[in-house]
Amino acid sequence: MENQKLVLVETLCTYYKLEASFFESLEEIGLLILVRDHEEIYIPEEKVTDLEKVLRLHKELDVNLEGIDVILNLLVKVESLQTELTLAKQRLGYFDKEI
Amino acid sequence: MDFIDYYKSLGLAKTASPEEIKKAYRKLARKYHPDVNPNDKESERKFKEINEANEVLSNPENRAKYDKYGKDWKHGEEYEQQQKQRRSTQGQSGRQQGYSGQGFSESDFSEYFESMFGGGGSSFRQGGRSVKYKGQDLNAELHLNLRDVYEDFPQVLDVGGNKIRVTIGAGIENGQTIKISGKGSPGANGGPNGDLYIKIQLKNDTDFHRMGNNLHKNIELDLYTAILGGDLLTDTFDSKVKLKIAPETQNNTKVKLKGKGFPVYKKKGEYGDLILTYSIKLPKNLTEKEKELFKELKALR
Repeated sequence: MENQKLVLVETLCTYYKLEASFFESLEEIGLLILVRDHEEIYIPEEKVTDLEKVLRLHKELDVNLEGIDVILNLLVKVESLQTELTLAKQRLGYFDKEI
Repeated sequence: MDFIDYYKSLGLAKTASPEEIKKAYRKLARKYHPDVNPNDKESERKFKEINEANEVLSNPENRAKYDKYGKDWKHGEEYEQQQKQRRSTQGQSGRQQGYSGQGFSESDFSEYFESMFGGGGSSFRQGGRSVKYKGQDLNAELHLNLRDVYEDFPQVLDVGGNKIRVTIGAGIENGQTIKISGKGSPGANGGPNGDLYIKIQLKNDTDFHRMGNNLHKNIELDLYTAILGGDLLTDTFDSKVKLKIAPETQNNTKVKLKGKGFPVYKKKGEYGDLILTYSIKLPKNLTEKEKELFKELKALR
């Protein structure tokens, strides 16, 4: 935690033209964890990618935050199914070869 | 370079109103957006196609130009002028080079589009996409042989002129993606750099079939060795091993050689198992004498 690189939410607000309250909504819905230190609010730098994904879904596709949460959960599921499918295909390839 | 029917891309008639264009674009964007279709090349292509169509058709000036010259872009007066302009500016702009032949998907527009409306730096290029604070993530594919990743595999990648040293860990899975932080495009206004994602594609031209960390192989056994037992020398992935075949070994018997499989990713010194399946080959083209002997054997049973 100590060595984590942080980005000031204020900087991000300026950059993306957002209100600080937007970040609080993200936190409330569980899409982002905010780090508070001496009255300043930050997010971990490695979470900027996730944040930008949320912003794209929000701005480009007009999806509200609850919808984004659903999408992200489904994507995790899709990913694990894809991994499972890859493994199943590998096994199938082996049995096909046997015939 | 072919003509692209932007109306068709959005599933619209030529008479579509600006509202209809917007609606059709938004509907298709929800379907093909890369964030909801990760690792899906076909969706990515479709998304670019509809974005391009939207860039042209949602801008009245561009739409008028496209309607007038679109189909005959090769002969249009304007097109020729455009080409002249392009030639004169091309020297300075210089398009960003993608990853050398291994497939970064960075080009946003088709050749057709660029020849009609100009390439990089056109005023509406940034159009619908949000401006980024963090630099663009880059995606690449690296094609290796299964043998390459039996041990740690150091590799120097050339990404946009920068040499990046990476080591592909032994035992990596086919289709696995490794992330190299900060090696994507630079961030804007002090933002962090994008990351580089390398998807590993493995080709297996060995006799071994890999399932996770285990390797599988079929071993052909002649009838007599199977019945009477004996020794058999066979290849493991990196050396040879002498097998003791027990008498009366049945067809499809499996033998597990512990630790002779594939290395476990990121766990140095740990290996999966090698699983051998014996398939017994029956003799063919028997001689009269052999047939006699088999009849004798049959009579004994």
